[in-house]
Amino acid sequence: MDNYMKLELPSKSQNEAFARIVVAAFAAQADPTLDEISDVKTAVSEAVTNAVIHGYENKSGTIVVSATLQGRKLEVTVIDYGVGIEDLEQARMPLYTSKPELERSGMGFTIMENFMDECDVISEPGKGTTVRMVKIFGKKEPAEA
Amino acid sequence: MEVKFVRVGSTLIVRMAGELDHHAAEILRTKIDAKLKREGVRDLLFDFQKVQFMDSSGLGMVLGRYKLVSAQGGKVLACGLNPRVKRIFEMAGLQKRIIICRSEEEALREHRGEKDG
Repeated sequence: MDNYMKLELPSKSQNEAFARIVVAAFAAQADPTLDEISDVKTAVSEAVTNAVIHGYENKSGTIVVSATLQGRKLEVTVIDYGVGIEDLEQARMPLYTSKPELERSGMGFTIMENFMDECDVISEPGKGTTVRMVKIFGKKEPAEA
Repeated sequence: MEVKFVRVGSTLIVRMAGELDHHAAEILRTKIDAKLKREGVRDLLFDFQKVQFMDSSGLGMVLGRYKLVSAQGGKVLACGLNPRVKRIFEMAGLQKRIIICRSEEEALREHRGEKDG
């Protein structure tokens, strides 16, 4: 492994910006483009926001954000020990949200999937959720449809 | 995130600056809703020109205001979207509900039903 980082934070909404900036700063050493860095920032923001709102339902808890760099491959993991997700397939559907009353758009997982090269979710009700995402820098962007 | 409100006729312009994430969206929606109530305006224009970052929480906030404003017969417009913000808008199909314009001037013209040319 070339390099790694690990960050532990309480589930406060103020920490969403902090977490995405830390991961972006860590990833910067792999010389990503501005667009690639923005992709990572947005995806990390979605994962951490999910942990705050859904994992811990705005109550206090611990979020662990870790990242590894192997060459130009960035792997980011966001873990919460909150309520977990009952139906993963439904949660990942575009525009689906379990919390419409909080004005959630239901686009969190769709954005993570679109902006990263890989996005896996492991969740167990009552135990928590782990989101693992991979971004490979320097890959040619797919042609616009 | 910083926000400034400007009223032009029956339109409330919301000029945002900074990063529109969950934390900022929660604060912003409270401010906008209070302003909408107080000013009694019909339409809402979001100016994204100084928004460098937005995630799905920003989408939720805009959609939430759309529901409020359209229920009263008003329109919601957005201008100054950078390509990333625009891409996120389009991923959620927001362009079907929100009128997207280049600038505040164009948005206000659009809103009055005037067209160039």
